[in-house]
Amino acid sequence: MSEKVLMKGNEAFAEAAIRGGCRLYFGYPITPQNEIPEYMSRKLHTVGGAFVQAESELAAINMAYGAATTGKHVFISSSSPGIALMQEGLSFLASAQIPLVILNVSRGGPGVGGIQPGQADYRQATKGGGNGDYHIPVMAPATVQEAVDIIYNAVPIADEYRNPVMILADGMLGQMMEPVILPELKEALTIEEIRRAKPWALTGHGDKRERNVVKSLLLKPDELEEHNINNEKKYQRMREELVRYEADKLEGAEVVFVAFGTMSRIVDEAIEELNQAGIRAGMIRPISLWPFPNEAFDKIDKSTKVVISAELSLGQMMEDVKVAVEGRYPVELIYRTGGMVPTPSEIVEKTKKILEVV
Amino acid sequence: MDTVFEYTRGMLPVNTTYCPGCTHGIAHRLVMEVLDEENLLGETIGVAPIGCSILSHNYMNVDMCESAHGRAPAVATGIRRAMPDKTVFTYQGDGDLASIGAGEIVHAAHRGENFTTIFINNAIYGMTGGQMAPTTLIGQKATTAVEGRKKEVSGMPLRISEMLATIDGAVFVERVALNSPANVRKAKRAIKKAFLVQQKRLGFSIVEILSTCPTNWGLTPVDALEWLKDNMIPYYPLGNFKCPEEVK
Repeated sequence: MSEKVLMKGNEAFAEAAIRGGCRLYFGYPITPQNEIPEYMSRKLHTVGGAFVQAESELAAINMAYGAATTGKHVFISSSSPGIALMQEGLSFLASAQIPLVILNVSRGGPGVGGIQPGQADYRQATKGGGNGDYHIPVMAPATVQEAVDIIYNAVPIADEYRNPVMILADGMLGQMMEPVILPELKEALTIEEIRRAKPWALTGHGDKRERNVVKSLLLKPDELEEHNINNEKKYQRMREELVRYEADKLEGAEVVFVAFGTMSRIVDEAIEELNQAGIRAGMIRPISLWPFPNEAFDKIDKSTKVVISAELSLGQMMEDVKVAVEGRYPVELIYRTGGMVPTPSEIVEKTKKILEVV
Repeated sequence: MDTVFEYTRGMLPVNTTYCPGCTHGIAHRLVMEVLDEENLLGETIGVAPIGCSILSHNYMNVDMCESAHGRAPAVATGIRRAMPDKTVFTYQGDGDLASIGAGEIVHAAHRGENFTTIFINNAIYGMTGGQMAPTTLIGQKATTAVEGRKKEVSGMPLRISEMLATIDGAVFVERVALNSPANVRKAKRAIKKAFLVQQKRLGFSIVEILSTCPTNWGLTPVDALEWLKDNMIPYYPLGNFKCPEEVK
């Protein structure tokens, strides 16, 4: 049965993955997501699963790949520099068409950066941090509850498309406590279920079928091109089926903010302050960062003077916002970076300055 | 009439694309014969990482996956933890295992992962065209050491079996060679023991197989076998470094 509990973000994320059917986790310590491997190390063996503390993020993603080739549900997590190390594996999994749910509790960068919340992994997450033609759907929750629901529902999405799915959270969401309703516990897939639903999985041929091979090496360029084009058809289907967003108070708005995750919560409060000051403002909150919700921008009212990309990064999302706006409105940027998080009032002041010049 | 010889079902009935004189074919067959004899072909999952080793999945009649360069022990760890009742192995070359994947092999051994690694040591990078490996011998020529490997520049060749034998989790470690019929038979016995260690879930097992790369060594297949005997075996001594009581 579903139950409402008060939980720290990271622990709720881990529990959501377990409840979604994932019984295998491979991780390496990195702040601000350490509660996840810690939780998994305590919990997974009690539900018939396995936890391995890997020697590096590079090993962790490759362990996850190996485990996922067997058709079982696998969940992994890390934070920004660790996710950077995992890109080799993510590109490999996408090519080999292996499902995986991966969570980035992101922090400030570049390089080792800091350990405070950041959204500067936007480009890494949405534009393919690894080599080659591939995409990974990226979902960005704004609350612990939304993260729990997204992680839980990402398991069947990864299976449906035979592709990794990324959840881009941040250190703020990972470290905060909020009440959450936990979804029902799903049983892990049995070998029989895997053999029926995932005929590609490595379960041992048992002398009953042709052997299975999971691969990403295609040395003949015509074969690799065909493989990539086939995968692109799948990515096109994701563009059509996986767009998620919220559009709020767009009617009659002078200002439309675009913000996701933690930043969208701060913008929400800034919008209240602006309304009190007589400035009508609304927000498009992308939940899917890839595919980016371009269609939401068709809903912007003629009353709008400016679209503001509000980010914990230096305009990384603004590039996508400009593409979506298609020149119909001026696009401006409000940002903090490096782990700094703005107050609602700071956003209000910056918005007023922008409104003076547009 | 009695059947005195049969080609193993473990190898698919296709020609390999390995160079003339390459010992990959012998190593493949030994591994697959062992799995066939132990009735494990249907219950085995293999991992083939980058290097010529990755081609092995074209020929081995078991479920297999490719792996990124060096990561096979991590991939096999994931498979092992997901499938505790299967037989799992990695088939890795020396550039892969001793260089880019040194971390992964050490930690798989350190955790005592219950899988078997077949380590093909031919003292050179084969697939990329003859570059120096950590296992390349002093004086041996490579495309990135055209005057031969020098200690002052690249250090001494890495002895993987000796190194892994110091790790508690690595319970079976043996080095064999494929330069003569007698050594080929010894190699098969070692491979059989390694898989037996895995069947008994005693810990990590590895067989290092000294192999030839006539193409990148610039030798004929027969001369390559001689070169292995005269140069590799003195530096990489054959024999068992570690074996649990249960399989002795």
